Amino acid sequence: MMQTKPIATRESYGRTLAQLGAENNKVVVLDADLAESTKTCMFQEKFPERHFDCGIAEANMVSIAAGLAAAGMIPFVSSFAMFATGRAYEQIRNSVGYPHLNVKICASHAGISVGEDGATHQCMEDIALMRGIPGMVVVNPADDTEASQAVRALADYKGPAYLRLGRLAVPVINDPESYHFELGRAVTLREGKDATIIATGLMVARALEAAEQLAQEGVQVRVVNMHTIKPLDVEAVVSAAKETGCIVTAEEHSVIGGLYSAVCEAMVGAGVSCPVSPVAVMDVFGQSGPANDLLEHYGLTAEAIAQKVRERLAH
Amino acid sequence: MDKQTMNHLKRMANQVRQDVLSEVYSAASGHPGGSLSVTDTLTYLYEVQMRVDPQNPSWEGRDRLVLSKGHTCPALYAVLAQKGFFDREELKKFRHLGAMLQGHPDMKGTPGVDMSTGSLGQGISAAVGMALAAKTQGASWRVFAVLGDGELQEGQVWEAAMFAAHHKLDNLIAVVDNNGLQIDGNVSDVCSVYPIDEKFRAFGWEVFTADGHDFESLDAAFSAARQVVGKPCVIAQKSVKGKGVSFMENQAGWHGKAPNQQQYEQAMEELRAAAAELEV
Repeated sequence: MMQTKPIATRESYGRTLAQLGAENNKVVVLDADLAESTKTCMFQEKFPERHFDCGIAEANMVSIAAGLAAAGMIPFVSSFAMFATGRAYEQIRNSVGYPHLNVKICASHAGISVGEDGATHQCMEDIALMRGIPGMVVVNPADDTEASQAVRALADYKGPAYLRLGRLAVPVINDPESYHFELGRAVTLREGKDATIIATGLMVARALEAAEQLAQEGVQVRVVNMHTIKPLDVEAVVSAAKETGCIVTAEEHSVIGGLYSAVCEAMVGAGVSCPVSPVAVMDVFGQSGPANDLLEHYGLTAEAIAQKVRERLAH
Repeated sequence: MDKQTMNHLKRMANQVRQDVLSEVYSAASGHPGGSLSVTDTLTYLYEVQMRVDPQNPSWEGRDRLVLSKGHTCPALYAVLAQKGFFDREELKKFRHLGAMLQGHPDMKGTPGVDMSTGSLGQGISAAVGMALAAKTQGASWRVFAVLGDGELQEGQVWEAAMFAAHHKLDNLIAVVDNNGLQIDGNVSDVCSVYPIDEKFRAFGWEVFTADGHDFESLDAAFSAARQVVGKPCVIAQKSVKGKGVSFMENQAGWHGKAPNQQQYEQAMEELRAAAAELEV
């Protein structure tokens, strides 16, 4: 792991947006009274004439973005994951997804790591919601390096996309000098033959820690960073199943409809079979508490991942 | 408006009405009532107000129209076909499997359709987004949005109204097709949206009224709206659901129902008689 200070992916987003603003005058940013939290304020400072605060009206914001995109602009739309993908789900589906418009839904405060705000603000269903929309790209970056590159990749990509961002500062695991983000292409961070941990978002760093623990016990696990949930890198899943015979998925999202679901669907579709264990939020709502305490409480830790691997290998 | 233009608009609108009936009859489903109430307005907008190029439907400098009350697309399709955006033969395949003309407007599949709509309340926001894009780009094209009166029950309409006034979108003209009826009955009985004019005024819009079936009245309202600076405009037009077909007029039951063969023939007969009168 690189020795730099942890950074929240929302920070990476705001910083990269501000750079993009200078490079492309078609980039516009919409927010719903959360510019300080989603970090679109960093764009707003430099390009106030292309930053539109829609007020607390997410449904309107998403449909306005659709209109902007229909007229050739590249709108980045931000709010908390709960309100962007939940409150405005149908606007995303019908006004953005159906006409396949070039709108980027970039939502921060996804998952349990929102912390003290509690269950109403902890969105654990966003990947499931966005993944179900035909033609929607879904990206869940693991760290600052990946999030920054993902923002650029989505700006270049023509079509609707969902970028999942977090509130919590997370370790930087990818070297910005050598890392290259490619939409839809998973990254194998560590090789191993005994099992594979397929992780996404902030769980990737925890998966690496788990792999390190397991290595000390003589278990060699492959670690795959599945930053793009849709389109899923099916080949990476299939080779993990075939070559390591056991998969543990790790995501800060409901066990229903997210990475675990996508991996299982891909395996069944490809006709390969191996045991798959999820590390995820197990179909419950969250609660208030410090982010790291919550991650531990809901079993989203390196130790929990390692334990799942051990359990699987003991069978 | 000169007599010649007026007669031309009347003839065209009559043909649009016949096409609406044929589309819905051929599909054995669809929304004749609201299509007929908005027919004159769409005819007027595409013939008089809007700069469009049927040979180049995605021309960047064109005026845009968002049919926020997307279910009344039979009227929009008929107008677009008459303008030459696509072959009139397509009208016969409205709502058929694999056809270009979907049950609600699809901007990806239909030349001339500027926004995919159908889920009420979203089209007006998209129109606001387009108007905002024009302002951001320093472009002079305009955006027209057509809403139903029942549609005003959607909260998103008012989110859009607030935003449009806040950003002084004077390149946006909305129309509320106030035919007074929605699926479950009278708008005033189901959940009143009235008074429409005072609501929009309170949201910072310039409000005009018009008779939605009188081209002089429409022309006066839209011409005045074009002159307004610093505010979005709305034209609250009084209209008749099912206009032009005696047994459909002012009947909520004709919101989303196709005529049977006998009803279709009677409706067409009435419309052809009305067309013949225009030729006298």
